Amino acid sequence: MSFINYASREINCKIVYYGPGLCGKTTNLQFVYQKTAPDAKGKMISLATETERTLFFDFLPLSLGEIRGFKTRFHLYTVPGQVFYDASRKLILKGVDGVVFVADSQEERIDANIESLENLRLNLKEQGYDLDKLPYVVQYNKRDLPGAMSVEELRRELNPTNVPDYEACATTGEGVFETLKAVAKSILVDLKKGK
Amino acid sequence: MSNPQLVMYEEEFQEINDVIGRLLKEANSKVIFLVDKNGQLISGVGETERFDTTSLASLTAGNIAATGGLAKLIGEKEFSILFHEGEKDNLHISIVAGRVILVVLFDSRSSLGLVRLRVKKSSEELASIFEKLMKKSEEKEKRGSSDFPFAEITDDDIDNLFS
Repeated sequence: MSFINYASREINCKIVYYGPGLCGKTTNLQFVYQKTAPDAKGKMISLATETERTLFFDFLPLSLGEIRGFKTRFHLYTVPGQVFYDASRKLILKGVDGVVFVADSQEERIDANIESLENLRLNLKEQGYDLDKLPYVVQYNKRDLPGAMSVEELRRELNPTNVPDYEACATTGEGVFETLKAVAKSILVDLKKGK
Repeated sequence: MSNPQLVMYEEEFQEINDVIGRLLKEANSKVIFLVDKNGQLISGVGETERFDTTSLASLTAGNIAATGGLAKLIGEKEFSILFHEGEKDNLHISIVAGRVILVVLFDSRSSLGLVRLRVKKSSEELASIFEKLMKKSEEKEKRGSSDFPFAEITDDDIDNLFS
């Protein structure tokens, strides 16, 4: 849940990037980190294995600017995508305000995408959240790879509820900020409703 | 939802800072942070400028979450105190009122025993402030009072953030 501090006039929100192993969650955060002005970002933290696989989470704090005198801050987290890190994934979803599901567009990863999406829904439910009620966007990553499925097919499999979705190539940064903006905006709109 | 939204008001913020400010002196510690279990920094006193407080908050929360997961695996509710000993500096991390994390950083000028003793006393005071805070938010919510800063923002306000 977002944290509203009237004393320091700040609103802090938490965004979690979810998806199967090697789909590009960490790459998304790295691109955001590289392209953000130094005064708008904090240090990026990656708790990763020696082979640069996410072990626990990546973390990147961003400030977006002010709305009505309140500083808006977003904390971006990724989860470890590999199946056996499920216990860690559950922990990172605690207190989430918005979710980005990063799908790997390659045909051979479609089953992994579907499994990860089901896992997301289940883990959220365990924490008392409903994915259909959370600010939520989908990103089809790795559009540049030759084995990428068509967006229509991916949409049919991974986005049956028709939430905003974006094509991306996280290594070049294409679609990365569009995805982030969409989820951040959706969180703010939700806050506006004062849920 | 598992955790209601945390809202901090000026009055309670001041009270919290008074308590942790006093703890800082009484425990002879260097820095004290209060962190929400979700990883948001609530407040800090002492030599805070020496540290990346945002990262510290997020890692502390991750640490508490991970040890909480371990606790559940062995049939415990949670481990309410964690202690990390370094060559010079040590961290005493404890859970207050079930939802906030109190982090005390101290060196050889203090001792674990002293920190534990003082933290225990301050935790009770902090717990009652947070209880008051939660009641206050609940009441405001029930009354539907509209001091919520985001109730009146427009779509343009939101768009402007991204321009």
